[in-house]
Amino acid sequence: MRYIEPHAHMVSRVTDDYERLVLAGCRAVCEPAFWAGFDRSSPQGFYDYYLQLTEYEPRRAAKYHLPHFCWLCINPKEAEDVGFAREVMALIPEFLPKDNVLGIGEIGLNKNTRSELRILEEHIDLAAQHDQLILVHTPHLEDKLKGTRLILSALQSDSRIKPERVIIDHVEEHTVREVLDAGFWAGITLYPVSKCTPARAADILEMHGRERLWVNSACDWGPSDPLAVPKLAMELRARGFSEAELDDFLFKNPCRFLSQCDKFNVTE
Amino acid sequence: MPAPDDIVDRGFLEARGKLLEVAAFLDRAERYGRADDYRVAALKQAMRELCDAKQVGRAEAFLRAMSDPTSEPAPQAGKPAAGAWEPKG
Repeated sequence: MRYIEPHAHMVSRVTDDYERLVLAGCRAVCEPAFWAGFDRSSPQGFYDYYLQLTEYEPRRAAKYHLPHFCWLCINPKEAEDVGFAREVMALIPEFLPKDNVLGIGEIGLNKNTRSELRILEEHIDLAAQHDQLILVHTPHLEDKLKGTRLILSALQSDSRIKPERVIIDHVEEHTVREVLDAGFWAGITLYPVSKCTPARAADILEMHGRERLWVNSACDWGPSDPLAVPKLAMELRARGFSEAELDDFLFKNPCRFLSQCDKFNVTE
Repeated sequence: MPAPDDIVDRGFLEARGKLLEVAAFLDRAERYGRADDYRVAALKQAMRELCDAKQVGRAEAFLRAMSDPTSEPAPQAGKPAAGAWEPKG
């Protein structure tokens, strides 16, 4: 089996995890910029993080012959201070030409605040100005439905944004249909306790089909499993999915979306 | 697709175990005097709705029942997400 891990926070993982991903059939890993578990105290902290994502992590992954790509932004949790967020965002254009940068992400909302929404709109503008793909984080738990609707509205309000170039991640049963019906891609995140289990992700596939859907582990510094995607493959096999269907969903689907960026180059 | 009986065989014990955990959690919350906590109340209400034989899309209905029903952005970030919406007042 081959697959793409389209959302993994590898800066939080040990090097052994790169080996495990490759052994499980992973052909590329993509890493959105995110909240590191603490608020950074200066824009310089983000500058160093962007260097880590664009220079250090690709080298660490390359030791296992695993292509590493990334997305850049200031995450919504640290975007509550609008002035600080704008200082950080001013750093991003310098990094966009880097070989492994796929676009702007993971932007979105955390607590659905006015400040977060303002910075989300400015990220959308940044992506439009630089013709970048967009990866969107949706809030956790009780905030997700409202946040997803605010995000859809913000994206649809900018006429330059093409829905097929945006993936809205962390969908669950109550948000997936609205995202797909609006023409966007949707990401299912496999995560213990919050987000989806492999069984629920398989249910979503059975009910909504696999067009414009991908799945990821979002493995990070919290309880999470970098091998969650191959574990979903086991569940899908038990549900009767063929190997060709697994390949189409777990490898070709992310390639279809990510190949809209010329820099995403993964050998068949 | 697997046979219908296989779906129940594969999932029943796990679902039984999770429901037992919910039952024990509700007992525990009451024993500790927290039966009125809005999150406990939300779980109990959701369980009543899930038992409705006419209910379809139970997972979606559960998530909607736990969700913030408002539509306006918040003036500022409040407390962290808890898993159930707390009505104001």
